[in-house]
Amino acid sequence: MKKLFLSLFLIAGFAFWTLHQKKLSDTAALSTVGMPVATVSTTLPSQTPVSTPSTAKQPPPKATTPPATTTPTPTPTPAPKTTPTSTGAFRDGQYTGLVADAYYGNVQVKAVITNGKLTDVKFLQYPNDRSTSVFINSQALPYLRQEAIQAQSAKVNTISGATDTSGAFRKSLADALTQAKA
Amino acid sequence: MMGMTITIEVVGARDSKIFDDVFSYFRHVDDVFSTYKETSEITKINKGLIKENAYSEEIQHIFSQAKKTTIETHGYFSIITNDGVCDPSGIVKGWAIKNAADMIEKAEYRSFFVDAGGDIEARGTNEEGTPWTVGIRDPFNPEKNIVKVLYLKNNGVATSGSYSRGAHIYNPHDRTNALDEIISITVIGPNVYDADRFATAAFAMQRDGIAFIELLPGFEGYMIDTNGTATMTSGFDRYTTAQ
Repeated sequence: MKKLFLSLFLIAGFAFWTLHQKKLSDTAALSTVGMPVATVSTTLPSQTPVSTPSTAKQPPPKATTPPATTTPTPTPTPAPKTTPTSTGAFRDGQYTGLVADAYYGNVQVKAVITNGKLTDVKFLQYPNDRSTSVFINSQALPYLRQEAIQAQSAKVNTISGATDTSGAFRKSLADALTQAKA
Repeated sequence: MMGMTITIEVVGARDSKIFDDVFSYFRHVDDVFSTYKETSEITKINKGLIKENAYSEEIQHIFSQAKKTTIETHGYFSIITNDGVCDPSGIVKGWAIKNAADMIEKAEYRSFFVDAGGDIEARGTNEEGTPWTVGIRDPFNPEKNIVKVLYLKNNGVATSGSYSRGAHIYNPHDRTNALDEIISITVIGPNVYDADRFATAAFAMQRDGIAFIELLPGFEGYMIDTNGTATMTSGFDRYTTAQ
């Protein structure tokens, strides 16, 4: 369950991560003109729970944040509010993120934690012409477990797959009936 | 139904009546919803031959469920094709399988599965009294291999993909999008109806689809990309061990 909580937390944190990344990239951009970047290393640890055994093989989080150009609200990320305890659980409540300026408009989310789990992510502000899920998910991806698929020929009761129309015609309904009655 | 194989297994079936009943139900669904049939209600609706106030109850139900699904999937599910034709098969299949499963349960059977074109409702256990085993088809060798074995007791599973019927799913937000990064996504949920409609939407989302499933309480997913890398939701493992 710890894994689950952790992953959920990481997804909860995606919006904050986005803002965080944006802040980082802003900071990084600033650093090219001579600003100190010490805050980068001091803020990173709040995101490091990704390095658990279950996700250790994961690539590092990608900064796939849209190339935002400005940070309208210079307040720190609200990530500490959702920082899990050592068991990985959240505190119950609703946590509102700051307003972020994505290049296509303003975005603001609210994370809802019930019984220690992320149960909802509400978009308080979102450009109307975009789907909310796009924003959620590209941030969450790096935290999900991956593997190379392995072909096998185990004996199973049935198989799930994309619909195979031509093959299905060949096999025909009558064949299915026979199987069903066998 | 809709040109796909339907397989039904009922543990301890008393006679063939239940199979006959379920298959005639599928034929009925096909008669109403098949866009390949000139005489189906959906074809007549697409031709403008039936007025909205004369739609059958089944059509009305599916249309309202489709609307609901569009909202639940942030617009990634639509029954209007790129050609502007209404094709509700992305929601009808799972709905019909679930209804078939309910029919079998009503006939006092507890252990069975219904598989239509690779979307499955599994209830109870198999003949050995262990969970039903369902393979996830290998998208790179769909005729021969599987890449995973799932153990299901009271679940629905559905796979959306591009490997066998070509690009029959599209992104309603960007209809010219080729959807060529992800080759299949398998969704396990409390029933096949929900698993199917969410799998369809998740596939349209491509790489983002797996995290959409991650955020859906009660659903798990296994996504395979064109490089043969699978990404799974955090609770997926509960279905890969026989318990």
